[in-house]
Amino acid sequence: MIKKKFDFGPYLYILPAAIIVIVFRLVPIILSFIVSFFDWTITGPGDFIGFKNYTLMFQDSEFWQSMLNTFYLVIFVVPISLILSLVFANFLNRIEKLKSFFRSIYFIPTVTSMVAISIVWKIIFNQQTGLANFFMSQIGIDPLAWLAESRGVFDLFLANFGIDFSQFITNLSNIFGISYNTLYMLLGGPSLALFCIIIVTIWKGLGYNTIIYLAGLQNIPNVYYEAADIDGANKITQFFKITWHLISPTTYYVLMMTTIVTFQVFSQIYLMTGPPIGGPLGTTKVIVYFLFDKGFGESNDLSYASAVALVLFAIILTLTLLQKKLEKKVHY
Amino acid sequence: MKKTITYFILSICGLAMVIPFIWMLTTSVKSQLELNKGNVGFLPIEDQVTYEENGVIYNVSKVKTEGDSVYVHLFDEEMNRVSSYQKIALADIQSKQKVRLHFENFKTAFNKVPFRRYFLNTIFVSFSVVIGVLITGSLAAYAFAIMRFKGRDFIFYLFISMMMVPQPVYLIPSYVLLNNLGWIDTYQALIIPWIANIFTIFLLRQQFKTIPDELFDAARIDGCGRFKTLWKIVLPLSKSVISTAAIFGFIGSWNSFMWPLVMTDSPAIRVLQVGLSYFSQEASSQTALLMAASTFSILPLIILFLLAQKQIIASFASSGLKG
Repeated sequence: MIKKKFDFGPYLYILPAAIIVIVFRLVPIILSFIVSFFDWTITGPGDFIGFKNYTLMFQDSEFWQSMLNTFYLVIFVVPISLILSLVFANFLNRIEKLKSFFRSIYFIPTVTSMVAISIVWKIIFNQQTGLANFFMSQIGIDPLAWLAESRGVFDLFLANFGIDFSQFITNLSNIFGISYNTLYMLLGGPSLALFCIIIVTIWKGLGYNTIIYLAGLQNIPNVYYEAADIDGANKITQFFKITWHLISPTTYYVLMMTTIVTFQVFSQIYLMTGPPIGGPLGTTKVIVYFLFDKGFGESNDLSYASAVALVLFAIILTLTLLQKKLEKKVHY
Repeated sequence: MKKTITYFILSICGLAMVIPFIWMLTTSVKSQLELNKGNVGFLPIEDQVTYEENGVIYNVSKVKTEGDSVYVHLFDEEMNRVSSYQKIALADIQSKQKVRLHFENFKTAFNKVPFRRYFLNTIFVSFSVVIGVLITGSLAAYAFAIMRFKGRDFIFYLFISMMMVPQPVYLIPSYVLLNNLGWIDTYQALIIPWIANIFTIFLLRQQFKTIPDELFDAARIDGCGRFKTLWKIVLPLSKSVISTAAIFGFIGSWNSFMWPLVMTDSPAIRVLQVGLSYFSQEASSQTALLMAASTFSILPLIILFLLAQKQIIASFASSGLKG
C-alpha cells in the first residue's frame, strides 16, 4: 500500500479564520486570566498580586450595587419580554392579511442602532421636554422625574397609597442591624431611572423575540389543534395544553438569549443615564458599565476590570450550561 | 368580530412600538424655541405672536401683562431682538397657530460635527468587515463541511465555544493586545478582529452540508479542483445563506458601539455610532438637533430593512431555529 502524502489543503482553508479566532478571541481570553492576577495598567504589566483584584472586588460596594442593578434588569426584562413576545406572536399567527406589515413594524427597533434610539428615549423621558410627561399631563397624572429619579419603584408605588416606605426600612434596619441603604436597594426595587432602562431594553428586543416565537408557532402541526377543536377545547385551553408545551424549546432559546443579552446591557446606560453615567446615585450602574469604567475611566485599572469581566463570564457560562441541561429535559 | 379585536390589539401594540420613531421625526423638524416652551406634542405647530408697528410685523415674546397693556420683547423676522420691555396694548397683539417644518435642523446637525466623515468611516469599516467575514467564513465552512482531516471536529468545537464568549469579556484584554500591536486608533483595530465570524462559519457549514455528495463526485471526475468546486458549485448554490450572513455582518458592524468607543479616539477614524454619542454629549440641550442626527443615523438601516424586510426577518428567525 502506498502511504498517502499528508494533505495540508484543509488546514489552509481554515487558516484565515483560525488566525483571527486565535489571535483576537482565544488569546485575549487567556490574557484576561493572566491580567486579572497582575497589577496591570495602561503603561504595562506590573507585579503579580494573586487574588487581590478578586478580594477587592467582592468587598467593593459599587460592584455589588452594579450586580444588583444588573439582576434587576434581567429579572424584569426577561419575563416581561417573553410574555409580550409570545402574545404578539400568537396574535400574528392568527391573521393572514397585513401579517408581514405588522411583523416588520415590530421588528424595526431590532435593526436600529441602540445609540440613536437611546438618544431618542432619553429625550422622551426628559422631565421638561419629554413625551412621557406630556402624555402624563394629558391624562392628568403628576409628572415624574423618570431618568433623574433614584427612588425605587416599589417605594414610589407604595407612596401612592400613603405608605411610608422609608419608615418601614428604618424599622427593619434597626431590627436586623443591616444598613439602611442596603435594605432600601434590596427592597425598594429598581429605581425609576433603571425602570426606564428596563422599558427601553424590552422595547428593543421585543421584535426579535416575537419573530423567533412566530417561527416556532408555525412549526406546530395543525392536526393537534384540529383534534382539540373536535374535543371541544377552547382557544385558551388549547394554548396552555398544546402551544405552551410544544413551543418550550423556543421558550428556552428566547429565555437564554434574552438573559445573556440583558446581562451585557451597556449602550443604553452609557447614553441615557447621568451625568454621571450610572446615576442617579449609581442606581443604573450595570456590571458591563462598571467594568468599562474601571478599565477605561479615571482609575484605568485594566487588571481589576479583567477580574470583573471574568466574573461576568462565569455567570453567563453557568447560565448557558444550565440551559443546555434543562433543554435536554424538556425536548419534545 | 374576533378578527377585528385581533387587528385592533395588533395596531395598538404596533403603534406603541413605532411611537418613539414618529416622535423622533416630528421633533426633528421643530424649532428649539418651541420645544423649550414645552410644545412637545406630535404636531409641529407653532404659536406665532406678532405685533404690527408702522407697517412692519414683529415677532413678540411676552414678559408681563399689566391690565390692558403688556410688556414685550420685539424680534424681527430672523429673531434678532429689536426692542426690550416695550409697553404696548394687549389688544394690538395678534396670535395665530401655524405649521412650520424646520428642515434646516438636519443640515445644522450634519455640519455641526464631521458626520460626513463618520458616515464614510462606517461604510468603509462595515463593507470591509462583511467582505472579510464572507471570505474567511466560506473557506473555513467549506473545509469543515466537506473535507476530512485530523482534528476537524476538535477545531470546530473550539470555534463554537469561542462564539459563547460575550464581547465585554474580551474587550479589556483585546485593548491590551491591540495597544501592544500599536493598532489603537486605527482602521485595523475596527476591521481585522472582526473579519472572521464564528456564527457565519456555522451558518455556512450547515448550508454546505446540504449539498449532495454526487455533485462533488461529479466535479472531481471532471477534474475540478477544491477551490474551483467551492467557487463554481458550492457558493452559487448557497446564495441565500451568503446574503443572510452578509446582512448579519453589515447590521452588526454598522451598529457596533462599545468596541469602536474603546479602540478609537481621533475624529478622523471615528465611526457613526461613536460620533453620534459624542454629539449627544456636546449638544445635550439641543433636542431638535439630536433628533435630526438620530434620524439620519438610523435612516440607512431602515431603508435597507424596508428593501429587504422578508429576507432580514427570515434571517433573524433562522438564527433562533438553529441556535
